[in-house]
Amino acid sequence: MIPQDRWLLPEGIEEILPPAAGRLEQLRRDLLGLYQSWGYELVVPPLIEFLESLLTGAGDDLELQTFKLTDQLSGRMMGVRADMTPQVARIDAHLLKREGPSRLCYMGAVLRTRADGFGGSRSPYQAGVELYGHRGHESDLEVLMLMLETLQVARVGAVHLDLGHVAIFRALIGQAGLSREREVLLFEALQRKALPEIRQRLAEWALPTLSHQWLLALAELNGGPEILDVADARLAAAGEAVRASLASLRWLVDMLRRQWPDLPIHIDLAELRGYYYHTGVLFSAYVPGQGQAVAQGGRYDEIGQVFGRARPATGFSTDLATLLLLGATPEVAATGVYAPPVGDGALERQVAALRSQGERVVRALPGAAVEPRSLGCDRVLAQRDEEWLVIPLPFNP
Amino acid sequence: MSLTLTIALSKGRIFKETLPLLAAAGIVPIDDPETSRKLILDTQQPDVKLVIIRATDVPTYVQYGAADLGVAGKDVLLEHGGEGLYEPLDLNIARCRLMVAGHPGHQPRLSRPRIATKYPNTARRWFADQGRQVEVIKLYGSMELAPLVGLADYIVDVVDTGNTLKANGLAPLEHIADISSRLIVNKAAMKMKHARIKAVMAQMAAAIGA
Repeated sequence: MIPQDRWLLPEGIEEILPPAAGRLEQLRRDLLGLYQSWGYELVVPPLIEFLESLLTGAGDDLELQTFKLTDQLSGRMMGVRADMTPQVARIDAHLLKREGPSRLCYMGAVLRTRADGFGGSRSPYQAGVELYGHRGHESDLEVLMLMLETLQVARVGAVHLDLGHVAIFRALIGQAGLSREREVLLFEALQRKALPEIRQRLAEWALPTLSHQWLLALAELNGGPEILDVADARLAAAGEAVRASLASLRWLVDMLRRQWPDLPIHIDLAELRGYYYHTGVLFSAYVPGQGQAVAQGGRYDEIGQVFGRARPATGFSTDLATLLLLGATPEVAATGVYAPPVGDGALERQVAALRSQGERVVRALPGAAVEPRSLGCDRVLAQRDEEWLVIPLPFNP
Repeated sequence: MSLTLTIALSKGRIFKETLPLLAAAGIVPIDDPETSRKLILDTQQPDVKLVIIRATDVPTYVQYGAADLGVAGKDVLLEHGGEGLYEPLDLNIARCRLMVAGHPGHQPRLSRPRIATKYPNTARRWFADQGRQVEVIKLYGSMELAPLVGLADYIVDVVDTGNTLKANGLAPLEHIADISSRLIVNKAAMKMKHARIKAVMAQMAAAIGA
């Protein structure tokens, strides 16, 4: 390592400097206030824990994304959290043990072994909410609304919402009697909307005519909310589970329309992100100019099982660093008072009084000639006729 | 919100064969990329731009949303992995085959044959699927030279007519995949501009007769 390299950070590991760091903290406080006003309680899960509990209920992706190390005390493997959702599920299932619904929120740094998003951060600052203990679409709506409010607080601009439902694909796969191997192939092709491949595979497998038509329809059922009418027609005979899922989506769209009449909504029945742990509605938010979702969530009803208590669950999460980057935070003119170095009692009392009023007071240090404005001060504390007064800049003694 | 569409294309064969399909969707470039030095080409539709980039860069541009749409060979997509992309349409152009090629009857000297290729991920996957352990050497061009000078035992490359192989005493040995160009779409663009993109897709599909 040559000396010039010593200040380099590892790839994708970021630090946040002023003034962005101040904005991040402000955003964090605003969001905590928002979540609190909706009745969500803050939990602070540990940065690191045993791998088994950290990776519970999640797919292979998370295992790959998790930094691992050996615990010198127990000899067991530990992981640095790459996603806080399983931790919060563990807390709900095992520690809180409430019978009714519990509403939890969390914020904190996570680490990923690989950068998945554009910009390549491996150290996102995750924030999210989870609602446990309710199975209906009302709780999905609550979490979805809170996601939209979060993006509004962060002022990220014109949000587009994408809605999907994994139970539809699951039901169709079940009816078609596809083997696990074929399910994976089809899932993978659907994720890429590779229509030629899907057509070819379905034809090769010689499925029952109806199953064939339904699975093919799934690949094409994406577009505005009007696509739900098409889906009702094309999947009409596909069974109760499919009908109920479509009805849920329609209900969500209707309810969202009331509160967010201008929100562009896209429906994609082949969106299967997080298929291995999601069990119901899926939603993600996109903003123009950003090639990836800025916030996402959905229902995952089985996750608590491994901790001894399966609880219905729905939630969303986002990365505050991304929101900060996209958010249009108004420039706030710096204010502050530049005060002389430690001095007599009157000066000290005046400085303490100003600070207790919420003023920002920066003390001068002897021997350092500093322009007060460079410290964000627009006033100075100066002595006039034995009295310490706050005087606006420019200051002419 | 602006509904500008950016389409990423590579120069040469893909560009030439994509033009008639784009024209079917009403997208006609004003400048000719072979003569113009511009990297962003205007089209007769003011809100549609073409960006001309290297073929292997097309999936990257589209994945990160720098372009909404793109045209990329299946060979490039297999190598890229296709993560974060939709590939809804086979344009049926720039057709060829991805093959393993080498001297017929050649016996590798080492227990692990060495494979020279532009497609290291694809090659590794192909041989691993067959339970064969190989050493992959990434090259950027003139694959056919590698077996001639003893750099590699076999090559993995796209084969069109097979004339270059034949001229160098090599023969296609194993067929990995049929290749043609695909229309690829950024996931976020598909969700935010679906009406526009679906219209373009439908017109292109009609032109191919798919």
